[in-house]
Amino acid sequence: MIEGILIGLNTALSLKNILMVMIGCFAGTIIGMLPGLGPMTAIALMIPITYGFEPSTGLILMAGVYYGAVFGGSTSSILINAPGVPGTVATSFDGYPMAQQGKAGKALAIAAYSSFAGGTIAAIFLLFAAPSLSKVSLAFRSPDYFGLMILGLTAVSAFSAKGHFLKAMMMVVLGLMLASVGQDTLSDIPRFVFNNMNLADGISFVLVVMATFAMSEALTIIFKGSDPTQAAKQISLSKLGSIRLDKDETKKMVTTIPRSSIIGFIIGVLPGAGSTIASFLAYGMERNFVKDEEKQKFGKGSVNGLAAPETANNAACSGSFVPLLTLGIPGSGTTAVMLGALLGFGIQPGPRLYQTNPEIFWSVIMSMYIGMVILLILNLPLIPYIARILAVPRAFLIPLILFFSVTGIYLMSFNNFDIYLMIGIAVVATILRLYEFPMPPLILAFVLGGLMEENLRRSLLISDGSWAFLWDRPLTLCIMVTIVLIVVWQIYNSYFKKK
Amino acid sequence: MRISPVKIISLLFFIFSGLYLYYAHQIRVFSFDEDAPFNAKTFPIYLGYAGLFFSGLYMVLPERKPSNVNLSVLDYRRTITLVILMIIYGVTILKAGYFLSTSLFLVLSYITLGEKRWFWVFTLSFPFVAIFMFLLHGLLDIYLRDPFLKYLGIIG
Repeated sequence: MIEGILIGLNTALSLKNILMVMIGCFAGTIIGMLPGLGPMTAIALMIPITYGFEPSTGLILMAGVYYGAVFGGSTSSILINAPGVPGTVATSFDGYPMAQQGKAGKALAIAAYSSFAGGTIAAIFLLFAAPSLSKVSLAFRSPDYFGLMILGLTAVSAFSAKGHFLKAMMMVVLGLMLASVGQDTLSDIPRFVFNNMNLADGISFVLVVMATFAMSEALTIIFKGSDPTQAAKQISLSKLGSIRLDKDETKKMVTTIPRSSIIGFIIGVLPGAGSTIASFLAYGMERNFVKDEEKQKFGKGSVNGLAAPETANNAACSGSFVPLLTLGIPGSGTTAVMLGALLGFGIQPGPRLYQTNPEIFWSVIMSMYIGMVILLILNLPLIPYIARILAVPRAFLIPLILFFSVTGIYLMSFNNFDIYLMIGIAVVATILRLYEFPMPPLILAFVLGGLMEENLRRSLLISDGSWAFLWDRPLTLCIMVTIVLIVVWQIYNSYFKKK
Repeated sequence: MRISPVKIISLLFFIFSGLYLYYAHQIRVFSFDEDAPFNAKTFPIYLGYAGLFFSGLYMVLPERKPSNVNLSVLDYRRTITLVILMIIYGVTILKAGYFLSTSLFLVLSYITLGEKRWFWVFTLSFPFVAIFMFLLHGLLDIYLRDPFLKYLGIIG
């Protein structure tokens, strides 16, 4: 492991990769601060830029964007009570009241230190958990992988769209249907191609991500007449106050950070749970841990109340890399986008990744830590200025997002068909978004579609067409029981539970 | 009686799944593969049934949490104009070249969204695209086909 860490450090600390982490964190912070544009959009917009890079550099850039976007989301939660990403909603509960009391600088500092500590502790956990889990996951067979993929899709549907489980499941099926277009991987038989050569290789992952996130989010903003940059215009440089913390505040953070990091990391590892649940859970648990006197301050500007969700959401970000790097199965929409990008580089994440491509495995883990340091050193003092950059009018922001999306596809295929297809998917996604159909399950399903079919194929061939492989092995059985419980619970909760 | 728009979307998805299932059955597999436990159409067939199941379930079950969208406040004019501009952008990008079509797309999009500061409209279109092209073409070595600039002799 020491050798791996050194390889990772060597790669992550190269000038080029440090620059990429810096650019990633900076760009992610800017996009993450815009309400409505989350980490997935930020990463999607970065994908075309990573084409010219080595896989490790590309992934380091995307990881930087991810952290930056989460940090940016916290900033808008604290300053204007408009969370840029769902994972930072809980941050606004105490962050915004603090800002209203004239302690915005302090709240931003608490958020930055907590994010740094949470991310760092989780990166250390990841350092030890990932190789161990990789070894364990070597014992997994095709039926287990097939079950795990269904579990991931079901869990993401259950958690990403609270109260809209069936809508999310429709999106899962749609994502799998889109992934089935093109030649069958084993027999090369064309499927749903309709004699169109442009569809023979299937629909590009970048196209679907750009269409369902970057482009449709931009169109939704225009369609609803909202202005995400309005928030940044409200931020006044003079009203931020000091970023220095006193002894009492530091003491409170020291007790909160370790427990919230553990919660965040564990929740992040679980498929579908992610930073939103981690931050709410950490907030709720912290409220139970603190003394009655501090409990009264929750919701009114409590240091513990702000530090807990901020620590947990960053720890969850690191945790979500565990299933991606060790099993090759992303547990969230954001890591699904990263998996798609990795597959685009010709790299298949999984239990053998840290043996076959140690420089990627370890450099990503190491770059997470470097990303945290950069977020703390660069972004905290620069926040007021970043906020001013964001005050660009919507009339410029939206066309630029659309331009980056079209350029991304154009650079990939140099044909018009892909651009039309992307516009078509974006228009459909915009309408679906309007009626609260969640997009992360669609992306996750699209990325997993090929792998899922491959594992189902192997399982059915081994069991000679019998579906008994779903309960033959105890591990597969456990996974299937969990899936059934989630589905039944969600349907019961959505339709039969008395309000 | 007002029908929920989400139920209509579910109905459309139900029809789409039915069509998908029909075409899944039409996939031609090798004759020796027809009776195999798994062939090229097995997975799509399952997906078709899954689509029918979930959309059918949504239509049948009562809506506990209906999505309320006020259709009268939506900005149809600007959204449709932007979509049309993107389609035109897609049509012209290969023929007119990346530089010209992208710059014009940006100018027209800024104007569509109400921007009137001509200095910024110009700066964030033609010069911006030129710099972006230089970054891609010159620094990252990413090829950009541009017949217009080639005709002018600016790029090879």
